[in-house]
Amino acid sequence: MTSKVSSPAEQADEAVVGEQRRPPGAKDVRRLDRVIIRFAGDSGDGMQLTGDRFTSETASFGNDLSTLPNFPAEIRAPAGTLPGVSSFQLHFADHDILTPGDAPNVLVAMNPAALKANIADVPRGAEIIVNTDEFTKRAMQKVGYAASPLEDGSLDGYNVHPVPLTTMTVEALKDFELSRKEAERSKNMFALGLLSWMYHRPTEGTEKFLRTKFAKKPEIAEANLAAFRAGWNFGETTEDFAVSYEVAPASKTFPTGTYRNISGNLALSYGLVAASRQADLPLYLGSYPITPASDILHELSKHKNFGVRTFQAEDEIAGIGAALGAAFGGSLAVTTTSGPGVALKSETIGLAVSLELPLLVIDIQRGGPSTGLPTKTEQADLLQAMYGRNGEAPVPIVAPRTPADCFDAAMEAARIALTYRTPVLLLSDGYLANGSEPWRIPELDELPDLRVQFAQGPNHTLDDGTEVFWPYKRDAGTLARPWAIPGTPGLEHRIGGIEKQDGSGNISYDPANHDFMVRTRQAKIDGIDVPDLEVDDPTDSARTLVLGWGSTYGPITAAVRRLRTAGERIAQAHLRHLNPFPRNLESVLKRYDKVVIPEMNLGQLATLVRARYLVDAHSYNQVNGMPFKAEQLATALKEAIDG
Amino acid sequence: MADTSAQGPGTVEALSLVPKAEARQSMKDFKSDQEVRWCPGCGDYAILAAVQGFMPELGLAKENIVFVSGIGCSSRFPYYMNTYGMHSIHGRAPAIATGLASSRRDLSVWVVTGDGDALSIGGNHLIHALRRNVNLKILLFNNRIYGLTKGQYSPTSEVGKITKSTPMGSLDAPFNPVSLAIGAEASFVARTVDSDRKHLTDVLRQAAAHPGTALVEIYQNCNIFNDGAFEVLKDRQQAEEAVIRLEHGQPIRFGADGSRGVVRDPHTGDLQVVTVTPDNASRVIVHDAHTASPTTAFALSRLADPDTLHHTPIGVFRSVDRPVYDTQMADQLDAAIEQNGKGDLASLLAGGDTWTVVG
Repeated sequence: MTSKVSSPAEQADEAVVGEQRRPPGAKDVRRLDRVIIRFAGDSGDGMQLTGDRFTSETASFGNDLSTLPNFPAEIRAPAGTLPGVSSFQLHFADHDILTPGDAPNVLVAMNPAALKANIADVPRGAEIIVNTDEFTKRAMQKVGYAASPLEDGSLDGYNVHPVPLTTMTVEALKDFELSRKEAERSKNMFALGLLSWMYHRPTEGTEKFLRTKFAKKPEIAEANLAAFRAGWNFGETTEDFAVSYEVAPASKTFPTGTYRNISGNLALSYGLVAASRQADLPLYLGSYPITPASDILHELSKHKNFGVRTFQAEDEIAGIGAALGAAFGGSLAVTTTSGPGVALKSETIGLAVSLELPLLVIDIQRGGPSTGLPTKTEQADLLQAMYGRNGEAPVPIVAPRTPADCFDAAMEAARIALTYRTPVLLLSDGYLANGSEPWRIPELDELPDLRVQFAQGPNHTLDDGTEVFWPYKRDAGTLARPWAIPGTPGLEHRIGGIEKQDGSGNISYDPANHDFMVRTRQAKIDGIDVPDLEVDDPTDSARTLVLGWGSTYGPITAAVRRLRTAGERIAQAHLRHLNPFPRNLESVLKRYDKVVIPEMNLGQLATLVRARYLVDAHSYNQVNGMPFKAEQLATALKEAIDG
Repeated sequence: MADTSAQGPGTVEALSLVPKAEARQSMKDFKSDQEVRWCPGCGDYAILAAVQGFMPELGLAKENIVFVSGIGCSSRFPYYMNTYGMHSIHGRAPAIATGLASSRRDLSVWVVTGDGDALSIGGNHLIHALRRNVNLKILLFNNRIYGLTKGQYSPTSEVGKITKSTPMGSLDAPFNPVSLAIGAEASFVARTVDSDRKHLTDVLRQAAAHPGTALVEIYQNCNIFNDGAFEVLKDRQQAEEAVIRLEHGQPIRFGADGSRGVVRDPHTGDLQVVTVTPDNASRVIVHDAHTASPTTAFALSRLADPDTLHHTPIGVFRSVDRPVYDTQMADQLDAAIEQNGKGDLASLLAGGDTWTVVG
């Protein structure tokens, strides 16, 4: 199999992809198999944009990649302070990779705060590019540097490139009619240009991006382009950067197909639009803005020409309420939120359980409890999703494992909701939501058929021979009740949160009926058809199983690879379905002497597994708002294997 | 209906997308097979009968009518209507109905709620439904007490009310639902009384015809926990001084032989009740429900004494045309298709920046 970076001729839409730019001249070029770069600066320095652009360049070049944006919750934290530091880490390679990487090979530090906040993660030997202009006495004092770290020897062992980024940017833009402050704002593009030179990134995409972004301010567009090119040219001419690097496209990694880079929230949004098309139902989103879920509301609100209705509600409860109302009316209904929002929606989720209507509840988990860490990741809402309602109110739970997988997870959640007439919780998280990776764009005929049949007529015959419609008469196979939408003649019926008589759906306080209904609702969820859990155990001789769910897939898989490369035997399995569990989970668990469950919580899946299967699962936890590092996980798993 | 009607010019729009019934309907068509379980003597019975009696007049296909309710005595209402219905959770009916109405413009959606449901736990949803002007008809049964939880004071109870939860008297000042609705930018606000079927029906008729959210406050007697709360409005003798009937285009006069009237105080601009004399007769205000400014409607809503209920206006306070949320939502969908063409999933998924791996 050969891979190629597509030439412009192959691009039907004329997307600029571009050839790898090779800097002319006599400088050394070294080949690397992978690189981890971290851009770090003030919240206002445009580090997320810089990272996004470098990512796009890298994606269009054909490397495999994984990203980790990391930013404060404050929109503009005080300038130059440690809490105000915003960073973007990108890992790219000529082979398939699974995580944004543990430790950067390159740190771009736009100010002293960025250096101080990130240096602990950077191993000696790495390259550090610092913007020396910002290393003033005052700025250094602000973050507690008594002496300049650039001069006191504390960076010995690093390959430090002192670059007066601000001055050079301003100098490059002197012919533009911009104030100094305006000119300084382009310094992130100077840095991007420099890094693009260092790693031979194609630049056409960024040039096109800048022209589009600032279409209404051509002067600003040209200034940013000038800064970007100045950064590139600086790398090419300065003697400080003697070497540039090539990272070849990941030609053997990817199956044949057309690819794009995609973040988790974008993939999830597309999954919802695709599910709507595949179900032939209009999509209705009821939502209240909350980090890190708001991007889904933003994205879906752009696609009204797909018949997508987005309703920004007055609060979380109204968001899910409107969605539930739309579900009653026959829409594919969705509400998007994060953990605090799920707490507010709990009562309505319970109502949806009782009404037995399809409804997608998307929880982009973040650090908790309460407001917690709005911009950081965590997977501590599992038990809330599982149990966070009054009464016996079972809800299916689906979790994506990578950013691109959010597309498939959304389709799967829709399948379950529509087939079984139930609310479904989808648990993504901040890491998946904002992180990105290459995605093979599916052909439309690969997508599942999600069409459903609304009830059309009576479904029950009374003893006296009368044909009637019973809203709670179930399908024998799925136990789903009929979905009879308003506007269907003869099927007028009333539903509600009060317990209903089996079949007729009338109010019933009968003890035996309640017992039956509780068990039936549970049986419906327990009986959901989910695929068996696949186990990766290449030698078929491992004694230890590592079991994960959600966004830990990347770090766990990377850790498992390291262990296997080192000759260890370990089996790996990853759950998409948390409720119900796959039928074979019990037999899988019991096949191994040891089961280790790494989670970004205090052991929530482990609690469920231990309770359900009486397996002595070992929990390995981290709740610091960041994804696991592969090295750290590998060490923990090694201990489990040896222990 | 010409002069005395508070019907706005957008009448047809409100229900124009709702299919009509094929055959003539009667009240019986709207009665469900469920046994009505309110306390004997409850004012809810009269309202139910009035609504069931009024529905045939609309001539809508009953499968396109939906009643959505929250929690409370009044919220059992949908079970008794042979239409589509949802008995939801406390306070949330306006939110749920908003989702239904904004996604299905071929439906006539009604919300049934109470003073606790709409004004306590659901206050937020109520005010936002009103400001959005979704095509909903909200019937707020106000009995000034919590009935289903057995007799605690409600957000419309008078100050000092002795109830199970306030043995020394309630402390909080009540809401005036009509004032609240006008303050929340409502485009249609009316008040009526459970026992006055003719008036109730007439208000329902105007509400149904209104494009956008209509709020109808219905004074409703809870004969178990707050019996006689509105007696002053119902007793023929007392009502003469207590009730002010608002009719669009008519001078606001009431009392025996119209001896009393509402005038504007030239100094404060506020409204006041006066005994009409030849001198001041020309100053009596002519009710204009369609005027854009909510000022006079609000002032009318403040005339009533919250304790004695003297000078309580009933009828349509306000009925103005304002853009309807669900209409505009649908228009945006149409405009998006016009501008960008009908959505094409393949090109959406492909986006702008792609690369190809060939085998």
